[in-house]
Amino acid sequence: MSTTTTRRPAAPEFPETAPAPRGGRPTGRSSFADLAIKTPYWVLTGGLALIFLYPLLWTAVSSLAPRAGTGQVDGWGVGNYMTLVNYQAGIGRYLLNSAIVSITTVVLTLFTSLLGGYAFARFRFPGKNALFLATIAILMVPYATVLIPLYVLLNAVGLANSLIGVALVLTMFQLPFSTFMMRISFESVPRELDEAALVDGCSTWTVLWKVLVPAVKPGLITVGMFAFLAAWNDFFAPLILISDSNNMTLPLAVSNLRGQVQGVVDYGATEAGVVVLALPCILLFLILQRHYVNGFMSGAFKG
Amino acid sequence: MTATTQRPAAPAPARPRKRKTDRAHGSFAGWAFASPTALFVVLLFVIPLLLVFQMSASDWPLLSGNRGVNFPDNYTEAVSDRFFVASILFTLKYTVITTILLLGLALGLALLVQESSRWKGLLRTSFLVPSALGLASASLLFYVLYSPTAGPFAWLTQQFGFTFLGTPDGALWSTVFLIVWRFAGFYMLLMLVGLQGIPGEIYEASRMDGASPWQTFRSITVPLLKPTLALTTVMCVTGSLLAFEQFYILTKGGPDNSTITVVQLIYSTAFQGRNDLGVAGALSVIVLVALVVINIVQIRAFSKKAED
Repeated sequence: MSTTTTRRPAAPEFPETAPAPRGGRPTGRSSFADLAIKTPYWVLTGGLALIFLYPLLWTAVSSLAPRAGTGQVDGWGVGNYMTLVNYQAGIGRYLLNSAIVSITTVVLTLFTSLLGGYAFARFRFPGKNALFLATIAILMVPYATVLIPLYVLLNAVGLANSLIGVALVLTMFQLPFSTFMMRISFESVPRELDEAALVDGCSTWTVLWKVLVPAVKPGLITVGMFAFLAAWNDFFAPLILISDSNNMTLPLAVSNLRGQVQGVVDYGATEAGVVVLALPCILLFLILQRHYVNGFMSGAFKG
Repeated sequence: MTATTQRPAAPAPARPRKRKTDRAHGSFAGWAFASPTALFVVLLFVIPLLLVFQMSASDWPLLSGNRGVNFPDNYTEAVSDRFFVASILFTLKYTVITTILLLGLALGLALLVQESSRWKGLLRTSFLVPSALGLASASLLFYVLYSPTAGPFAWLTQQFGFTFLGTPDGALWSTVFLIVWRFAGFYMLLMLVGLQGIPGEIYEASRMDGASPWQTFRSITVPLLKPTLALTTVMCVTGSLLAFEQFYILTKGGPDNSTITVVQLIYSTAFQGRNDLGVAGALSVIVLVALVVINIVQIRAFSKKAED
């Protein structure tokens, strides 16, 4: 983990906005005084970082540690993970369900917001502003307010208990952010680029795929990553829309597993479940961290 | 392509909106590209929103569907629910505490890691990692962490005879800690974006004038950060008012129903025991209206202050 972050050159995206404390210091000062000043600082900030990392590290370690009343009674090992494998439909099934929901959501979100962002950034059509406002308005409406009628509507059209139904709903909830992000990405591409291709006789469709998609790739990565994290982790939508335990997604399954064994909570299996839930997200985050941070830094949120 | 870019470029007009391509791209093509978005918004947002208004005015049990108009009754029932007032008060208390602590800490962290160095990059990553977790995963993680038998602080709780989730106050503050842990990095990132927008020359000038760090913070950082503070406050307040997962997983509304939030009340009215979608719809509409009003008030307040 630390390798990915330490190896990259000091992030250029944070120019020193405040005068750096070390900036104008004469270089000749003794290293002892330097150490005396710096040590408390390192201890304090390092301690702060540890508070953020400790819960994650502790869970990862103790999911393998022995404890009475769990799947791993003596010695270290993967007993708790075996409990997950044998839990109801098996963790493989829940992983598959979560993967189906997440991948469908990512694909639908990328497709919709790519086309939508292009339309909002480059075209004028009647109802454009109304549609954009309606899309952003999704943010203003509580989850529960939309999910209760959606439960009724999806039942009515035969999408009750359906993973695709959950993915459709999650895509809708992603639209405000993804449409906004893609619109901004397209708007930051110079118009000359697509104008030139249009004059060359390309269709708007060809221009989009051949010229603009490569230019808005960072936006697409940010949107895709957000959609994946949101869909993989979402709890409320499957809680309401899925009642068949074979179709549960992973967060729901791990949450339900707590109370399963004669009312006694299996903490070990819960820890293992949290690790399985969190690991893909943390890896994805660390791999795409620069895109994620840059996506924010590129001005999307500068009012 | 290079040949065409060098052509005496279309007499670039001053206002980009009136460029030739806008007219060349017909509005038909615009609608075609926007149609997937429109489909999603209409089918999965606008229609459900209309339906929830209808539900809130109908007798609508979970299992038997619509059974006709039941207009003011759902609303009077919703308002007179024994947890209605308590859940609103608790949600407001939780929102105020969370927003103040979270945004204060986020700003502090942002100031701490603002400059670039290897160590600060490492700190930034550490603060951000919890943001990659889902709220449900984070809640499950702390559910174990707070456990009086399996948690790492179990020996402490046994020695001193307290529990994290056993008392109303303990449950509230334990949940607040979880939320601060989970979201501090995310809000720190938003604060960093805002800080980045403050020109360095202003800091330079104030340092020349001999301003103390505190004076600089009070009269430069905070006022110039106002747009960011407005955005983060609105986001944090909205998120906290709609809190659900953390309490559903961590406290289940307990102990003694002391931590029931408004959204939990909606959920349990609709799907747990009562199974009344009509009353749940009425509660949802009330929450929706309250949220819109609260957000408008916040935005007004912030834009007023900005004018001063």
